[in-house]
Formats: sequence, C-alpha cells, structure tokens
Amino acid sequence: MRVMAQMAMVMNLDKCIGCHTCSVTCKQVWTNKSGAEHVWFNNVETRPGQGYPRTYEDQDKWKGGWTLTKRGRIKLKAGGRLKNLATIFAAPNLPGIKDYYEPWTYDYENLTTAPAQAHMPVARPKSLLTGENTKITWSSNWDDDLAGSTQNTHNDPILKQVGDKIKFEYEQTFMFYLPRICEHCLNPACVAACPTGAIYKREEDGIVLVDQDRCRGWRQCVGGCPYKKMYFNHKTGKVEKCTFCYPRIEIGQPTICSETCVGRLRYLGLMLYDADKVLEAASTTDEHGLYEAQRGVFLDPKDPKVIYEAKLAGIPDDWVEAAQRSPIWALINEFKVALPLHPEYRTMPMVWYIPPLSPVVDAVTETGQDGEKQENLFAAIDQLRIPIEYLAGLFTAGDTVPVDKVLHKLAAMRSYMRDINMGWEPQESIAEAVGMTGQQIQDMYRLLAIAKYDERYVIPAAHYEDAHKLENIATDCSLNVEGGPGMGGMGGMDDSFGDEPGTGGPEVPGRPEGVRINLLNWNGQGTPTGLFPGTPPAPGETP
Amino acid sequence: MDNGFDIFLWLIFPYICLTIFILGHIWRYRYDKFGWTSRSSQMYESSILRWANPMFHFGILAVFLGHVMGLGIPQTWTDAAGISHSMYHFMAISVGAVAGIFTIVGFIGLLYRRRFTKAVMGATTVMDKVMYFMLGIVILGGLLNTATGAVGDYNYREGVSIWFRGIFYFNPQPELMVGAPLSFQFHAIAAIALFALWPFTRLVHVFTAPLGYLFRPYIVYRSRDAHEGSRAHRRGWDKVDTIPRRRK
Repeated sequence: MRVMAQMAMVMNLDKCIGCHTCSVTCKQVWTNKSGAEHVWFNNVETRPGQGYPRTYEDQDKWKGGWTLTKRGRIKLKAGGRLKNLATIFAAPNLPGIKDYYEPWTYDYENLTTAPAQAHMPVARPKSLLTGENTKITWSSNWDDDLAGSTQNTHNDPILKQVGDKIKFEYEQTFMFYLPRICEHCLNPACVAACPTGAIYKREEDGIVLVDQDRCRGWRQCVGGCPYKKMYFNHKTGKVEKCTFCYPRIEIGQPTICSETCVGRLRYLGLMLYDADKVLEAASTTDEHGLYEAQRGVFLDPKDPKVIYEAKLAGIPDDWVEAAQRSPIWALINEFKVALPLHPEYRTMPMVWYIPPLSPVVDAVTETGQDGEKQENLFAAIDQLRIPIEYLAGLFTAGDTVPVDKVLHKLAAMRSYMRDINMGWEPQESIAEAVGMTGQQIQDMYRLLAIAKYDERYVIPAAHYEDAHKLENIATDCSLNVEGGPGMGGMGGMDDSFGDEPGTGGPEVPGRPEGVRINLLNWNGQGTPTGLFPGTPPAPGETP
Repeated sequence: MDNGFDIFLWLIFPYICLTIFILGHIWRYRYDKFGWTSRSSQMYESSILRWANPMFHFGILAVFLGHVMGLGIPQTWTDAAGISHSMYHFMAISVGAVAGIFTIVGFIGLLYRRRFTKAVMGATTVMDKVMYFMLGIVILGGLLNTATGAVGDYNYREGVSIWFRGIFYFNPQPELMVGAPLSFQFHAIAAIALFALWPFTRLVHVFTAPLGYLFRPYIVYRSRDAHEGSRAHRRGWDKVDTIPRRRK
C-alpha cells in the first residue's frame, strides 16, 4: 500500500443555475491575458450540447485519454512513445483556434473618436488574431441554455451514443449545466503525453501543474487530455491549465470557482488513495467497472491500517484528520451519490459530480403529478429513460445502474425530508427503499443542503511552516506578528485597553524592551510612554 | 594566406560566432527559460503545417546527419572502411539531394503559411523574420553546393571538412577555405552567422528535443518546492532587514 493524498472536488449539479460566475472569476484570476483568450480553466456547458471546445468528448476524433490494448494494458489512445515523438512536428490531435473560437475585442475607440454624424458610431468586433473586422460566430458558451440547439446539439457526442431517443421538440426537451475544471486525474493522460516531462502531479496533494519554465510547446498534452483542459497559449507558446488554485489551497482556502459559486454546489476535500492500485484500476477490462474500480482505489481514512500507512508515507496527522472529515469521501464512498466524469477515458478523474434529479422532477410536475412524492419520483426515474441514459453516458460509461441508484437516493431524500418539513411522520420505508437509514438521509441532506463553508471546504493547509520560518518574514505580512492585526486580532486590544496607553499587547520577541510603540492599539487617550524617547534609562532602572 | 580579410572570415569570425552560440545559449537558458519554446503556430493554421512542418524537420534532421558524416568523419576513416571516393560522393549527393529537396519544399510551405495566414503573420516577431531569412540563405547555399558538387570536382572532404574540424581542435587552417569554391564559402559564412543568431531565436528548441520521453515513466510526480508561493531569491536580491534578526 502506498498512501497518497489527493485534493478533490465534487459538484452537485442539481444546484447549478448556469450563471458562469465560476468561469468569470476564474478567468479574472488566471487567464485574463493576451494569448489566453480562449483559455477557460473553468467553463460551464449546457448539456445536451457540444461542450467546449466543440465535441471534445468525441475521442474517435480527438484521441484523448487512454485505451486498453488487446493484452489488457492501457496505452495512450493517440499512440505510444515513438509515435508521440514522430508526430511532434505537427501534433495530430490539436484543436485549432476555430474549435474554440476566434478571440475578439471591440473597436471601442471609434465610439469616442468618430466625427459628428447622423448615426450612432458603433464599436465593431475585431479579431484579436488578425486585427481585422470579424464576425462573432462562436464562444465558450455560445450554445448556452440550448441556444441554437436545433442546428448544433445533434453534434453532442453523448447524444450520438444514446441514439435518436432524444428529440429536440420544445416540449420534450431537458437540459442541465455541467461546470468543468481540470480533473486532476490519478492517471493523467496529459502528463503521460508530455514529451518533455514538464507536466507533473504534485506528490503532496495530487494537483497537476505545468512547469512553465520547462514546457517547450510540443502540444501533445492538449491532444492527450480527453477533457481538453490543457490549453495552448498562442502568445507564449506554452500550455496552461487549471491549477486548482494551488496558492489558495496551500493556505487552506477554497479555489476561486468554489469560493464564488453562487449555488454553493462545490465541495472540496482530501481523498487518500492507494497509488499502487491506480494502474490496475485504470486497466479494468469492462468500462462499466471503472467507476467501482476507482472507488476501490480510495482508502478509508478512518481505517487504523490506512492511518498507520499514511504516517509512514509522511502524510501529516492534520491531513489524515482532514481526510476523515472530507465531504468528498462522504459523497463518493459513504452516500455514494457522486460519480466521476467519463471514467471510460481511464484517467481516474478526481472532480466528481452528483447527477441532477431536477429534469426528472420537472418532468413529473409538468404532468400534473406531485413531483416530490416518492412513488411518482421513483416511477419517473425508471420510465424517463432518456435523461438517465444521457447521464450514464457522462458519468458511468453508459451504465445506467449506478446513475439510477443515485437518482433514487436523491429522490428518496426529497420525499423523506418533505415529510419532516411538513411536520409529518418521516417514513423509514423511503430510506430503506434506497438502502439507507433515516439518519443517513438526514446527514446527506445536511451535507447537500445546508452545509456551511467549513463543512463544504475541508482543506488542510500545506506544511510550509518550516520553509517559511527560514525565510524570516519575506513572504509574510508584517502585521502577522503574534496577536497582531493580521492574525485576526487587533493586537490584543481587548485586554489592553484602559491600561497604560499604547503599550498593551504582547511584545514582539527580539525587540529591545520598551522601545516598541504599537499605535494600532493606542486607544487615543494620553501619551504613550516612549512615543517621544527621552534619555535611555540607567542600568537597573525600569523604563 | 596573408590577406587579413581571409583570416577574419575563416578564423576570427567563426570563433566569435561560436562563442556567441555557446554563451548565448547558457545565458538564454539561465535567464529566459520561459521563452524557451518552439512557439508553435499550429493552432492558427494546421492544413499546410501538417505536411510542411514534418517535411522540413525530417529533411533538416537528415541534412544534419549528412553534415556530421561529411564534416565530422575524416576521409581517411571512410577510406579505411573500404568506401571509395566515388561511391561516397554518389551517396552524399543523392541522399543529400533528397533530404535537401524535402527541406526546401517544407521550408517554402512554412514560409508561405507564415506570410499568407494573417494570424500566423501577426504572431511573427522581428527575430523570426531574421531567422527565416538566414535559414533560407543557408539552405539555398547548401542546395547549391549539392548541385555544384554533382557536376564539379571539388572534394570538400579535403578542404572545408578539415578546416571545420580544425576549429574545434584549436588548430584552424583558414587557408583551406580560401581555396574552396565560392558557393562553399558562401554557405559556410551564412551558416556560421546563423549559429550566432541561434540562441536569440526560437531555434533554441532544438536543444531541448525531448528524447528523454522514451526512457521516463509515464506519470511524473514532483514535490512542492519550498519556495512556491514566493519567488526563490536570486543572488544579490536578498531582502532588506527591516527588523533586527531574531536570535535565540
């Protein structure tokens, strides 16, 4: 057993309202720069839809991820090492800028410099690649809310798998949103495809990063990633990707997309896993078995043997403790409502999703039935095959059984909690019908519906203390002295007011005594001693 | 051999350029790792690049190997191996011509897309243009040599090659170049000038050809380095001590 820790995310799709706040804040933080216009570390797709970049899930076309050889071993779908190097001069599976969209700006200057004229001057769109007038025909969310679905949505690779059961007649349609970031996979195909070795998985927290000083722009990772979350910066000639906001994670803060999520649908936490088992799990013969195989790789952080092995592997105690409180562990392995995105790519993705029940509830309600009644919901889940098969195409390699189970659990939770909220007697039979207890349903409800910030984001800070101390205060805020304002206090104001003005609060060690004047906790009354230094006190005399 | 200009061309100039070549790469690698990339424009235009770029690169790799043969291996060695001069000459000219044609056709394709695809042209720097110009001159000169080599009777392995190796033995013999045909002189000077430009162009990507890929494990793990989140200190950039250092 080789225990490793992985920062992971779960998104509850029932709560996503498709507002794109995550995309925008992420863009502002990471990719608001020339050459990265098309780079959306976080994007939100309307499903059914083509996704971004267009039809990225069609691996017959893009050759992303891993595939199983006849001998039962995995290899990159794009080809082995020699083929990778042989195709380095023209990356065979690189999406062109048109598969994303041609970046543009507007000629705003014209609005202020146009001469007086009869008509309003306009700001025409200009291509950022050529500088010429352009026609905007696509963007990262051009097909938002099924816009243009009659022309475009038939290109959705998942829909093609499901067949022609879904008709895009207005009354029968359904949709939901799928926010996507890098999956920070346990078996990342981008890392394997990088000829240089510039992409790496961090030992401590599993975050996959690109070393910008080592990337040589060979572009093979872009094709290698089946989620198309490696983006080639066309100005710098280097590849950039979602960083899982590692500078924030390292100090215990959630990623920007999570922090700003309006629906509070994202969960962050640690997962412990057995690194020795990853390859075996990724090589599972039956695609339908990949979901269970990946769950088998995770280690129970409460198991004493795992705790012991984690200690041997150098994982700090507070990290193990955080893994025990991890909402990700609860959603994936206790309640079993979170599912991986496209396990069939065999990359062992680590951003999981709770599939949406809402289309089913809406469909039932529209028929005039009680959409939250258990019998109605259960029956609808079984009968409304279309969304389930579509969801299975996304989350379980087409196997409808796990999706069905998850939706039943979510439906049971609604019915069970409705009884409680209405002041009726809760029916244990509802919980039993999905193999849970009433208490488990309530726990799950708490985690999904009302969990607060520190329950949704359980992020142990990185162990920097030692490196940090060596640097003295170089990386620190100078107000972060013990008890200082940067440490959440006002320099010990509460217990020092009323005493000798200006001298309260703990002394900073190392300063000559009596010289330090902390005006921050001066209450404004009187003159602090030492503000106007007099003659130094004679030896033996107190200042 | 008392012409100062000849000495400059065939002795001083090569050493200046090689010095720039070596020190330039060291400097670039130390101070501009971020700029060390092939700066691909494949995202803008792929249909021409798809055939032209491999053609050029495989062509120029073959050309490089040909130069290793022709310049690096003394004639006495091939004689000892029993390869007659005419046989060697025939091989060199025929393989060289094929490789050269591949290179030039690929190069023209790349040049065409660079000039006539607006997005690619827009991403072209001044240094790129200088580099393309010099590279084109060198390739044309090389082709010209191959062509004249086919009809002429100059044996570069008794002239240019010995001069070239002499540079690296620190035993330069500039007089050997003075006697070489004009097209060989032209090709050599252009190539040497290109070497001086090399570290300041995207050509640096040649020196990070990812051959290690064949031997490394697929998944790379790396430990978080101690300075992440702050910048590692460079010499001479130590922080000013604003607080007396804590001693214990």
